[in-house]
Amino acid sequence: MSEHTAHGTMTLKLIVWRQKGPTEPGRFETYLARNITEHHSFLEMLDVVNEDLINDGKEPIVFDHDCREGICGTCSQVINGLAHGGQTRTTVCQLHMRTFKDGDTIYIEPWRAKAFPILKDLMVDRNALERIIQAGAYTSVNTGAAPDGNSILISKEDADYSMDAAECIGCGACVAACPNGAAMLFTGAKVSQFAALPQGQVEARERVFSMIEVMQKCGFGNCANHYDCQAVCPKDIDVKFIARLNREYLKALVM
Amino acid sequence: MILDGKSPTGPIEQTWDMHRLKMKLVNPANKRKYKILVVGTGLAGASAAASLGELGYNVEAFCYQDSTRRAHSIAAQGGINAAKNYPNDGDSISRLFYDTVKGGDFRSREADVWRLAQVSNNIIDQCVAQGIPFARDYGGYLDNRSFGGAQVSRTFYARGQTGQQLLLGAYSSLSRQIKAGTVKIFPRTEMLDLVVVDGEAKGITIRDLVTGEIRCHVGDAVLLCSGGYVNVFYLSTNAMGCSATAIWKAYKKGAFFANPCYTQIHPTCIPQSGDYQSKLTLMSESLRNDGRCWVPKNHGDNRPPNEIPEEDRDYYLERKYPSFGNLAPRDISSRAAKEQCDDGRGVGPGGRGVYLDFRDPINRLGKHTIEERYGNLFEMYELITAEDGYSVPMRIYPAPHYSMGGLWVDYNMMSNIPGLFVLGEANFSVHGANRLGASALMQGLADGYFIIPYTIADYLAQTEPGVVTIDHPECAKSIEDVNAYTDRLLSVNGKRTVTGFMRELGILIWENVGMERSEKSLTEAIEKIPAIRNEFWENVQIPGNGSGINQQLEIAGRTAEFLEFAELLARDALHRNESCGGHFRVEYQYEDGEAKRDDENFSYSAAWEYKGIGRRPELHKEPLKFENVELAVRSYK
Ligand SMILES: Cc1cc2nc3c(=O)[nH]c(=O)nc-3n(C[C@H](O)[C@H](O)[C@H](O)COP(=O)(O)OP(=O)(O)OC[C@H]3O[C@@H](n4cnc5c(N)ncnc54)[C@H](O)[C@@H]3O)c2cc1C
Ligand code: FES
Repeated sequence: MSEHTAHGTMTLKLIVWRQKGPTEPGRFETYLARNITEHHSFLEMLDVVNEDLINDGKEPIVFDHDCREGICGTCSQVINGLAHGGQTRTTVCQLHMRTFKDGDTIYIEPWRAKAFPILKDLMVDRNALERIIQAGAYTSVNTGAAPDGNSILISKEDADYSMDAAECIGCGACVAACPNGAAMLFTGAKVSQFAALPQGQVEARERVFSMIEVMQKCGFGNCANHYDCQAVCPKDIDVKFIARLNREYLKALVM
Repeated sequence: MILDGKSPTGPIEQTWDMHRLKMKLVNPANKRKYKILVVGTGLAGASAAASLGELGYNVEAFCYQDSTRRAHSIAAQGGINAAKNYPNDGDSISRLFYDTVKGGDFRSREADVWRLAQVSNNIIDQCVAQGIPFARDYGGYLDNRSFGGAQVSRTFYARGQTGQQLLLGAYSSLSRQIKAGTVKIFPRTEMLDLVVVDGEAKGITIRDLVTGEIRCHVGDAVLLCSGGYVNVFYLSTNAMGCSATAIWKAYKKGAFFANPCYTQIHPTCIPQSGDYQSKLTLMSESLRNDGRCWVPKNHGDNRPPNEIPEEDRDYYLERKYPSFGNLAPRDISSRAAKEQCDDGRGVGPGGRGVYLDFRDPINRLGKHTIEERYGNLFEMYELITAEDGYSVPMRIYPAPHYSMGGLWVDYNMMSNIPGLFVLGEANFSVHGANRLGASALMQGLADGYFIIPYTIADYLAQTEPGVVTIDHPECAKSIEDVNAYTDRLLSVNGKRTVTGFMRELGILIWENVGMERSEKSLTEAIEKIPAIRNEFWENVQIPGNGSGINQQLEIAGRTAEFLEFAELLARDALHRNESCGGHFRVEYQYEDGEAKRDDENFSYSAAWEYKGIGRRPELHKEPLKFENVELAVRSYK
């Protein structure tokens, strides 16, 4: 082990995907993460590696992150083959180094999906998800036009169901984990959130049609019931929302 | 200069309605001729951009994240206030108004706060109509919870993710306008300069964070909705990218910066665990609805918390503030926690922590109820600390959280630069010296949905559209300046990393300009900041170049602004010889340690004008008048 290593800390071998731009070829590079404690978050561990790289006059590893508390959905890394590292209900930024041990080798890669081109290193372009939302994930209410909040009664059960779906942070892990690069869990959650609420009924048919149409146009694949999406989802969004999406679609067809 | 906030006078309950009647309107057919630039897509920016788009204006919206949905508003947990009085527990617009003025320690404008309270109810209606799944009771009605600084239950919530749901609601309205073509969005774009033409705000210069391109966007008005500046402490509850850059650049172009010293330190955050730490995580204040704060009564009591019997525990908030107890406002609760730790009775590593205990509520209500109320917060706590908050009390400590100060705006939310409007946390308007819980979300959405659509029309109606075009010499000059600045950063080629400087600055500001300030600590900070700044410009190391994605360059720019801004923060704190709200000067306190305001000399907002780096900014005062609430010592006992 390195002479720089402080007592009681870990040294880890990182094998990281580096890629200069969308059209450049990428490759794996190996780095050492030194002096890591169990309390470091995964991203703080990468911060340490980046500081070392900068001090060596090298370019640090580019990765997306912002809130670092599991809610903004910005962080996006595949760790040892699993989106967000595979810990239940956890984003990369919430992953802590206590789940690793001294001497471990860790593979770090970007989201890989046809619809998400790599911008640099671990950073990808997720604009395709935006386009699905823009296709119809809203109620057409103008500011100022709303009735009193309590004039729309919603059973606790429906509100809870809708909230279960609405918790999606839009990180795209479901797409990255899916062998077909499908965005059915993402789209299904959004459609289901509105489908469960009275406010969502008026535009239900148009919503599900346009969202599915755009989803297909953006290069996302089809769902083949692998359910890897729910397994990696940091919010544990249930695959029942995919079934709901299909039901809503069929309903719209016969409407 | 004596500043005039142009607040309407007359009976307070009529101020906003009368003002709306007096303001000019833009003819519907003319609206599309006006271009409005919106910097930021958090609650304030997204709601403004969407509402202005719906009205038919031509809107461009910018954010530094890869999606407008990821603004830091997404992280707000606890809830949003409104004066609906659904629980029938005595709430009203007047009471929300009163609580907010008092909570702000009487350092805000009455009419602005009244308007906020008045439109609060519309916000809830709007959000419900958007399909936001707020918590409901078994009858299907909207549910409420209590929050610090209030004795009524007026907080609406969506589990522990209220900010997320509100932002996704505003984002859905924004997405609808993007589809309709009224709004164009520019994600991964950072504003680096304000373009001022003949004294009016007419554009912004931005850096495309993917291509590195630096270019100008022109418009007929600019809205800054760029959030707060507490990342000046380095460690805070804000997201990594939150910065003062947008408002600081505007300040350097002549916009006044008001009350920067009003910063909020939130009482319930997870304590820092090491030097490598990059941010602090908030545990929503709503936890104090049920959780009880305590420390051991006796020094050196190292027993595990569950083995410390009742008589050896000091529930210090309940002891000091019997009527509000654990729901005392944030500034007071934070200082109380620090006081216990300074007294040597803090818990956890380094003695910088207090317990937040759920044993009693779990015994009373059952674990299930607590889980339903705060499940995601317990889960978050466990992810970070590897401890189970249900069975062992959580450990918490105060952390920088929110900035009440910001760019000075008048009642129309316009800064002293005509055409430059400032919304949300970026302005200084309604929270005075301290913000109450669940009021920032309310403010952001009030500003964006229900205020700016009216007040901007008053300005635009008196402005000819499209007079400044992209080939204006001021645009060229701004682009040149930003290019030169970027080149200067990249060419230092020194030996220390950007984060090293930001950490150094953060520690200095936290220690000298944090929860407690003194003439000595502030003078010391004002002396030391320029030294760090000078070293930064001589010794910072930024790898790579400006022609593409360069995250070090991005944080270097933000750090450079913080290194300037920090000095203004300390100067404002030094000039304010009183304690009020989040600004606590040790020299000004009562014998029992409570903050001592000086209404005779400091009942004003301090608005600073830029005079050059390292030069003393000029102070302008806006006197505060209180006609509807009586100035009183703020007591929560
Ligand atoms: C952890 C946490 C919990 C909170 N909980 C609550 C709560 O329960 N209730 C409550 O009322 N308040 C809460 N708050 C406070 C509240 O969330 C914020 O004050 C509020 O959301 C700020 O909204 P905003 O729109 O002003 O700014 P933000 O949401 O911060 O948005 C800023 C926007 O500006 C953009 N931006 C910034 N600088 C630039 C630039 N230079 N160029 C381009 N774009 C830029 C960003 O990309 C972003 O889109 C909480 C805050 C935190 C941090
Ligand atoms: S950085 Fe926000 S979810 Fe990970």
